[in-house]
Formats: sequence, structure tokens, C-alpha cells
Amino acid sequence: MNKINSNTKSGTFIVTDNQQLSSTYSLLILRPEDDIDLKLADFKAGQFVEVLPPANSTFLRRPISVCNVDETTNTLWLLIRDAGAGTHALNASRPGQKIDIIYPLGHGFSTTLPKASKVLLIGGGVGVAPLIYLGRKLKEAGIEPIFLLGARSKSDLLLLDKFNEIGKVFCSTDDGSFGTPGVVTQNPVINDNYDIMFTCGPMPMMKAVAKVAQQNNVECEVSLENVMGCGLGACLCCVEKTKDEGNVCVCTEGPVFNIKRLLW
Amino acid sequence: MVNLRTHIGGGLEIQNPILTASGTFGYGEEYSSFIDLNRLGGFIVKGTTFEPRQGNDYPRMVETPSGMLNAVGLQNKGVKHFVDEIYPRLCDYKSEIIVNISGASIDDYVAVAQMLDPLPRIKAIEVNISCPNVKAGGMAFGTTTSGAQAVTEAVKKAFSKTVIVKLSPNVTDIASIAKAVEAGGADAVSLINTLMGMAIDIERRRPYLSTITGGLSGAAVKPVAVRMVWQVAKAVKIPVIGLGGIMNGADAIEFILAGASAVEIGTANFINPKVTIEALEFIEDYCQRHNVTDIKELIGQI
Ligand SMILES: Cc1cc2nc3c(=O)[nH]c(=O)nc-3n(C[C@H](O)[C@H](O)[C@H](O)COP(=O)(O)OP(=O)(O)OC[C@H]3O[C@@H](n4cnc5c(N)ncnc54)[C@H](O)[C@@H]3O)c2cc1C
Ligand SMILES: Cc1cc2nc3c(=O)[nH]c(=O)nc-3n(C[C@H](O)[C@H](O)[C@H](O)COP(=O)(O)O)c2cc1C
Ligand code: FES
Repeated sequence: MNKINSNTKSGTFIVTDNQQLSSTYSLLILRPEDDIDLKLADFKAGQFVEVLPPANSTFLRRPISVCNVDETTNTLWLLIRDAGAGTHALNASRPGQKIDIIYPLGHGFSTTLPKASKVLLIGGGVGVAPLIYLGRKLKEAGIEPIFLLGARSKSDLLLLDKFNEIGKVFCSTDDGSFGTPGVVTQNPVINDNYDIMFTCGPMPMMKAVAKVAQQNNVECEVSLENVMGCGLGACLCCVEKTKDEGNVCVCTEGPVFNIKRLLW
Repeated sequence: MVNLRTHIGGGLEIQNPILTASGTFGYGEEYSSFIDLNRLGGFIVKGTTFEPRQGNDYPRMVETPSGMLNAVGLQNKGVKHFVDEIYPRLCDYKSEIIVNISGASIDDYVAVAQMLDPLPRIKAIEVNISCPNVKAGGMAFGTTTSGAQAVTEAVKKAFSKTVIVKLSPNVTDIASIAKAVEAGGADAVSLINTLMGMAIDIERRRPYLSTITGGLSGAAVKPVAVRMVWQVAKAVKIPVIGLGGIMNGADAIEFILAGASAVEIGTANFINPKVTIEALEFIEDYCQRHNVTDIKELIGQI
């Protein structure tokens, strides 16, 4: 319960750009309306925000990962997959749209690693979102990130240009239309020697990655997307079972967990 | 200046009618970066049981039209943890700290109440006789007049200060339950707890909640709650605390007019973590606009 962020705030952001990446995905760029007393650059990779989707499209807020922070323009990037009413309204928002956001929430990935660390960042679907910011933070810390991105087919691989700017990128597609055919755990690059693997994506993918990490005796951190009521540690709806403490809140203790803590 | 002080039973007066609903406000600390907790009338902390509880399996919530279903199942670290670890951190707040207690048997309720009685900053407890999530307990007490009265009497013997009994809306005649707990010695009643509900994911053909059914809260329940507060306020002499779907100050006024001496704000905190203070400011403003100098003038006008 002491895991609450004391610097969490709520405020209005304004959409400055909405890039439609496909029929279901869009990249929202937002800037704070007023000067906020927290620099966006202080957000940690793997943290998330609680967004109030526009136009009263939902009752509750929706948790969305910090995809990236552009320090030069002081903007926040959110990668949105249209999954229902709230994300649909976010996808449809136009520049100038005001959006109420609680930020930043949760605890992110471990980024203080020895310089020579070999790290693999594995993403699938909208789960690639936090890996952009994570990759950049690792790179700033002098670590060369390697990405392994999975998707159904080539058109579902998101933000490839951006990933290519940050590090080496390997891809897997189910239909073989790009990169190695098959799922990410069938991509040979996953079995190289790593000090740590980070993963975010659909649950079956993360569980498969965790299994590879366990077999290869590699550290592994996963970012969970449990359904949330508040994002603040107040409602106890978002729990995941841990070995040490039983049910813990993903929103305050996670969303990133070392797989050693989980019953996977 | 408007006098917002209000009585919540057993001689306990709070600085204004805004309380927070148990299970939606953690231990208050979760909201301390958004609002000044000292400005609240009080905050009602998480449901506390004698033994630690892991609660129900995930998934525990789903959004429904203008509301949500939850099935947390009273996850908490037990009353001893509260007394040793949480209570010392809360002591410096100026607002009242009210502990919501639950049990699977009368002995459980009594044991929790006894542990809290010696704490000087806990001047009131709220007895949850209505939580629909816990298979073994809760429900049974809150749905019969005899059960509700028996828990009230036992807790009153164990706790020397204000005892608020929180009523379940999942009954045919809530006024008769309210009268039974009044006869059992309750200093106040609060209502409503969540309404039992259910939602099904038609694509997977499975219920959304691990427990199949859960408790409905949020804006969707408000008209039911206002009606029940009005019925209960007419039936009992002790103060009534109103809650259920309060999303803003205007909703709070509605409950006060229906007979509530104070209100609790729950689910709305998830959407707007500053809602309590904004509601307080709305009430002050409303009173000024309506030339009301004392909030007590509004209570039960309908
Ligand atoms: C920490 C965290 C980070 C996230 N980051 C992103 C992100 O960067 N980009 C993004 O597009 N999405 C992200 N999600 C998922 C996103 O929150 C859900 O897709 C969203 O809440 C769905 O809301 P909706 O109103 O669009 O759809 P709804 O109509 O509410 O739901 C549509 C479907 O999605 C399911 N669903 C609802 N909430 C969640 C959830 N939290 N996780 C998984 N499934 C859910 C529902 O059961 C339903 O089947 C994240 C979730 C979490 C917990
Ligand atoms: C996530 C959640 C957890 C809750 N836990 C408790 C609890 O532990 N004890 C209790 O008496 N009521 C509990 N409640 C019920 C609320 O205190 C309140 O009675 C109900 O939500 C209606 O008010 P609202 O619509 O303003 O939320 C809980 C409600 C929610 C949404
Ligand atoms: S979402 Fe409410 S405690 Fe995590």
C-alpha cells in the first residue's frame, strides 16, 4: 500500500496530432494544456496514465501505457487500439480535443542495468506501445536495445520506423508476410544470450515468452494489462496473484512484474 | 458563511457532510496527491475483517451502463494490520476516520469492533451488514430484520462510540430493516451498499466476474438510492447517511433533501479524484444561492 506515487496528478491535455496507423490503431500526440508541475520527461518507461475518453463515451477512465515522451515538444504519445467505446472515441479524437488524464501511474521496467547488458524487448499488438519509450531510455543509459515484434501480418506491425531508429529490430508474423514466419517464441533471436527480456502484449504471448525466459534462465519482466477500476490502488479490482504477497494491485505494484514474483 | 456541520449519530458532529464510501477510497492516502484530505467531513476506510482476506479471484470488475459491477470480496490485511500499520499514519488528519467492518459471524464483528474501540481517533465505525460478495457472511445479516438487529446489538456492546449500520438495498422493505437496527441501538444508518447484479460477455459466453454476480455501483444506482434514503429517513429517528451513485455536488444535495444528514461518495472518486472537494464547494455555493445559512435546514425537506 506504500507503493502509491505521491507525484500523481490529474490535468487536461490537448490532442496536437492523431496519426491513423490502420483501421484499428492510432497514435495520439498530446500536450499538457497548462504548465504542469511535473516534467513529462520524468515519466518512467512502463508507467501508464488513466484517460477519460472524450464525449462521455465511457463511465470510467481507461488505462493506457506511456508510449513515448517527446522531450523537445513536451508531448505525450499514446498508441491506441480500438477495442471498444472508450478507445474508439480516443481514436476518433481530432487535434484540439481536450482530454482529462491522470498521470503518471504505476511502476515501470528496470532501466538501471549494467552498461554491457544484452536486452531483448518483445512486443505484440498494442503491447509494443511502452517498448518505444523503454528502448529510448535504455539507449540513453548506454544499452543497445534489440526488439522482437510480433503481429498477425505485415500491416499489423506498428511504428516500425520508430523502432528502427532506436535499435535493431526483428519481426515475426503469423502469416509470414514480413520477418520470420510464426509467433515470436519461434523466432530464433529469442534464444540468444540475454541478461534480461522485457515483454508486453497479449497474455498468451507474454506467458510463452516467460516460459522461454524460464527455460533459458533469463531475467524477464512483463507488463500486465489487468482490467482496472481506478488505477490508483483504491478499488482492489486489478489484482494479480504473487508468490510473496498473494493478490496485489497491478496498478500500484505493477503494471511491470518480474516473472519470478508471479505464479506463471 | 454557511454552517455545514452535521450530526452523524451518537453525538458525533462532522465539519461538513462529505464522507467517502468504503472500498472506493482506500485508506485515503491514495487520494492525498489530488485533494487535501483534511477538508473532508471524514473518510470511511476499506472494509476490515478480523482475519486477513485475499478476496475473490480476478476478474473483479466490469463496466456497465453508467456504473460498474465489482466483486472484490473484502480483500484486506485484517484489523490487527489496520491498528498497527495504517491507523498511526492516519491519526494526524483533521477529518473523522471511520472504519467499515465486516464479518462472517457475529463473533467476527464483535472481535473487530473490540480491537477498534480503544483507538482515540476512531470515533465511529460503519458496520457492513450488506456486502453481497461474501458467500459465507454479510448478506444473511442484512436481509432479515432479526439478523440485522442481532449484529447491531452485539456490535453496540463491543464498541462504545458511534455505530453506523450500513444497509443492503437487496431487500424487499429497507425501512423495516432500518427500524430493526434502530431498535438494536444503532446510532445512524448509511445506505445504500451495492445492488446485486450480473453481466455476461456474449462473445466468450461467460460471466465477466469470477464470482458470476457482483455489486452494482455508480450513477446507475442513484434513483434507487435516493428513493431508499427517503423511505428510511421517514421511518427512523436516527441520522441517515446517503450514498449510491453520487457523482457531484448536485447529487449530494438531492440525497440531503431526501433526508440524508451526510453523504458518502464512492465510485465517482475513480473518475474524478477531486470529486469530494468539488462537491463540498458546490454545496457551499448552493447554500449561498438559496439563502441557506445552515445545511440542517435542507435535510429531509422532501
Ligand atoms: C496498464 C495498462 C496499459 C494499457 N495500455 C494500453 C495502450 O497503450 N493502448 C491500448 O490501446 N490499450 C491499452 N490497454 C488496454 C485498454 O485499457 C483497454 O483496451 C480499454 O480499457 C478498453 O476500453 P474500451 O472502452 O475501448 O472497450 P470496452 O468496451 O471497455 O472493452 C472492450 C473489450 O476489451 C476488454 N477490456 C476492457 N478493459 C481491458 C483491459 N484493461 N485490458 C484488456 N482488455 C480489456 C473488455 O473485456 C472487452 O472485451 C492497457 C491496459 C492496462 C491495464
Ligand atoms: C470496488 C468497490 C469496493 C467496495 N468495498 C466495500 C466494502 O469493503 N465495504 C462496504 O461496506 N462497501 C463497499 N463498497 C460499496 C460502496 O461503499 C458503496 O456503498 C457503493 O459503491 C455505492 O456507492 P457509489 O455508487 O457512490 O459507489 C464497495 C464498492 C466498490 C465499487
Ligand atoms: S485499478 Fe483500482 S486498485 Fe488497481
